[in-house]
Amino acid sequence: MSILETAAQFGTYAVMAGVLIFALGVVTLRNLFHCALCLAAALIGTAVLYVVLRAEYLAAIQILLYVGAVVTLVIFAIMLTEHIAQKTVRQNNSQSPLAIVGLLGFVALLAGVILKTPWPVTQAALKAKVSVMGLGEALMGAYVFPFEVISIILIAALIGTVVIAKKDDAQ
Amino acid sequence: MQNLLSSIDMIFVTAKAWVLSLLALFLPKWLIILASITISGVVILCLGPVIMMYLTLLERKLIGRIQNRYGPNRVGKWGLLQPIADGIKMFTKEDIVPANADKIVHLLAPIAIVVPALMIFLVVPFGKSMTAVNLNIGLLYFIAVSSITILPIFMGSWASRNKYSLLGGMRTAAQMISYEIPMTLAVVPAIMMSQSLSTNAIVLSQAGGCGLNWFIFTPWGIVGFIIFFLCATAECNRPPFDLPEAESELVAGFHTEYSGMKFALFYMAEYMNAFTLCGIAATLFLGGWQGPFLPSWVWFFGKTFVLICVMIWFRGTFPRFRVDHLMGFAWKFLLPLTLVNILLTALWQFTSNLVAWIGSILVLGISLWTLVKLNRTFVPEKRHYPLES
Amino acid sequence: MIGIPLSHILIFSLILFAIGVYGALVRRNIIGILISIELMLNAANINLIAFSKYTSLSPETGQIFALFVMAIAATAAAVGLAIVLALYRVRKTVQADEVNLLKW
Repeated sequence: MSILETAAQFGTYAVMAGVLIFALGVVTLRNLFHCALCLAAALIGTAVLYVVLRAEYLAAIQILLYVGAVVTLVIFAIMLTEHIAQKTVRQNNSQSPLAIVGLLGFVALLAGVILKTPWPVTQAALKAKVSVMGLGEALMGAYVFPFEVISIILIAALIGTVVIAKKDDAQ
Repeated sequence: MQNLLSSIDMIFVTAKAWVLSLLALFLPKWLIILASITISGVVILCLGPVIMMYLTLLERKLIGRIQNRYGPNRVGKWGLLQPIADGIKMFTKEDIVPANADKIVHLLAPIAIVVPALMIFLVVPFGKSMTAVNLNIGLLYFIAVSSITILPIFMGSWASRNKYSLLGGMRTAAQMISYEIPMTLAVVPAIMMSQSLSTNAIVLSQAGGCGLNWFIFTPWGIVGFIIFFLCATAECNRPPFDLPEAESELVAGFHTEYSGMKFALFYMAEYMNAFTLCGIAATLFLGGWQGPFLPSWVWFFGKTFVLICVMIWFRGTFPRFRVDHLMGFAWKFLLPLTLVNILLTALWQFTSNLVAWIGSILVLGISLWTLVKLNRTFVPEKRHYPLES
Repeated sequence: MIGIPLSHILIFSLILFAIGVYGALVRRNIIGILISIELMLNAANINLIAFSKYTSLSPETGQIFALFVMAIAATAAAVGLAIVLALYRVRKTVQADEVNLLKW
C-alpha cells in the first residue's frame, strides 16, 4: 500500500508544480487566448488538489463554475474585443522589475512566517469527513444568512451585467 | 432459472473478479488495485470508440430508412463492416493544418474534446454493480465534466483562423451555456427524490414495482425527462439544434478546418456524448438498469438505444431552429418550466398521492399555458433586417 | 493519510497568489488583469480548504466559504467583462493605461 501512497504524494506535488507553471503562463504569455487556456488548466489542476484534500464536491463545483462558466466568459470577451490574428501589442507595462522584487520580498516574508508558525494540525481534524449532505445542512442552517446575501449579490450582478453590456437603443 | 438469470446479470462483474483473483495468485496487493483500475479503464476506452462506430452505422441506416433508401449495405453483411472501412479511410487521409493556424492549440483541441467525453463513461451505471467508479457525487461530476466540452470547441474554432469556424464556435458556446442551465435544473427533481448525487443510488431509488417504478411515471418525472432530453440533444449539437455546425450556413462550424483523424476525433466525441447523455437520461428518469426479467445491462443498453433512435428520428424529421428562437426556447420556456418542475417535486414529496396528481397536473397546465402565452407576446410578428453596413 | 504537510500547501498557494498579484500589476490588458484576479481568488480558496481539512473539526466551514468565494468570483468576472465590453464599444481599446481620460 505504501507504494501507492508514495505515488499519490508524488503525483500531488507534480500537480502543484503544473498549476504553478500554468499560472506563470497566465501572467506571462503574450497571446491572451493562450492565457485563458492556461487559466483553465491551472483551475483544473486546483480541482485535482481539492480532490486530494477530500473536498470532492468543491472540486466538481470548481470545474463547473470556473472552467465551465468563468473561463468561457473570459474567452467570449477575448473574442469580442481582440481582432482575430491581430499583431500582438505590448502586453506588460514597465512595472515588471519593481513588481518582481516586491513580490519576491512578500513571498519570502510570508514563507518564513508559514514555516515558523506551529499550525494546530490534529489527527481528529484530519479524520473528519465532509459529506454533501453535511454541506447542505450547514448552508441551510448556520450559514443561511450569508447564503441569502450571496443570492442577492448574484441577482444584482446579473441585472447590472445586462444593463452595462446592453447596446444603447439609440445607436 | 432464477440462478441462471442472476448469473447472466452479473456475468461481467464475475469475469472481472475472476481475472483479478487469478492475478492475485502472483502479484502483490498494490498491483492488484492498479490492475482493477486498468481493467475498468481499458474496457471503457474500448467501449467508447466501438459504440461510436456502430452509432454512426445505426444513424446512417435509420436516416436512410426515414429518407426511403437503404443506407450503407455494401461492406459486410448489412453494412456491418462499414464503420471499420470509414475508420481506415479517416486514418489514411491527409492531415491538413491551415497556414495561419495556431498550431499547438489546433492540435490540442481534438484531443481535449475526447477526454471529457470518455471521462463521463466512468459514472454511467451500465448494469447492476457495473459502474466504473461509484462516486458519491456522480451526477455533479457528470455535469461538471460535460461543461468542459465547451473549451475544446473554442480552441478548435479559434485556432483554425477561419471565420466560419469562429462563428460556429461562438454559436456553440452560446448554445451550450444556455442549455446547460435548464439541463442542470431538470436533474434536480431526481436528486431531490432519491436524496443522493450518486448515479447508483438514483437507480436504486427507482427499484420496486416489478422493476417499473421509474421516475418517468410521475408528473415531475415526465416533465424533467422531456426537458433533460431536449437539452441533451442541444448539448451534443444534434439536429434540430445543430446551429453550431449548420452546413448550409457555416460549412461545418468549428471543425471546418479539420481533416483526417482530427476530424474523426471531433466526430467521435460527439457520438460518445450522445451515448452518455442518453445513458444518463435513462439512469435518471427511466430507471437505469432496473426492469423485469431481462439482465440489467440489457435493460440499460436497450433504454439508451431507444433514446438514441429518438435523437436520430429528430434529425430525420425536424428542420433547424433559428438562432434567436433557439436561445428564446432555452431561456424563456425551458428555464421557467424547470423551476416550476422543482416546485412540483416538493409538492409531490409532501402531499398524498391523489392530491399530488391533481395538484401537479393543475400547476403544470397553468404554467404551460402562461409560458406559451407569454412567449407568444414576446416574439415579434415580423422581423426587419435593415441592410445598412 | 494525505502525507503532505500543511505548510507545503500554504507555500504553494502563497506562490500562486504572488503570481496572480504580479499579473494584476503588470498586465496592460484589462481582461488579463481580470484573469490574474481569478488566480488570486483561487489561491485564497486553496488556503480555506487546506485549513478546514487540517485544523478544523467541522470542515464544512472552510468549504462553504470557498463556495462563497467562487460565487463572488463568478459575479466579479461577469460584471468586469461586461464593463470591458462596454468600454471597448466606446473606446475601441482594452488596454488599461490607454483609458486615462476619467470621462466616458
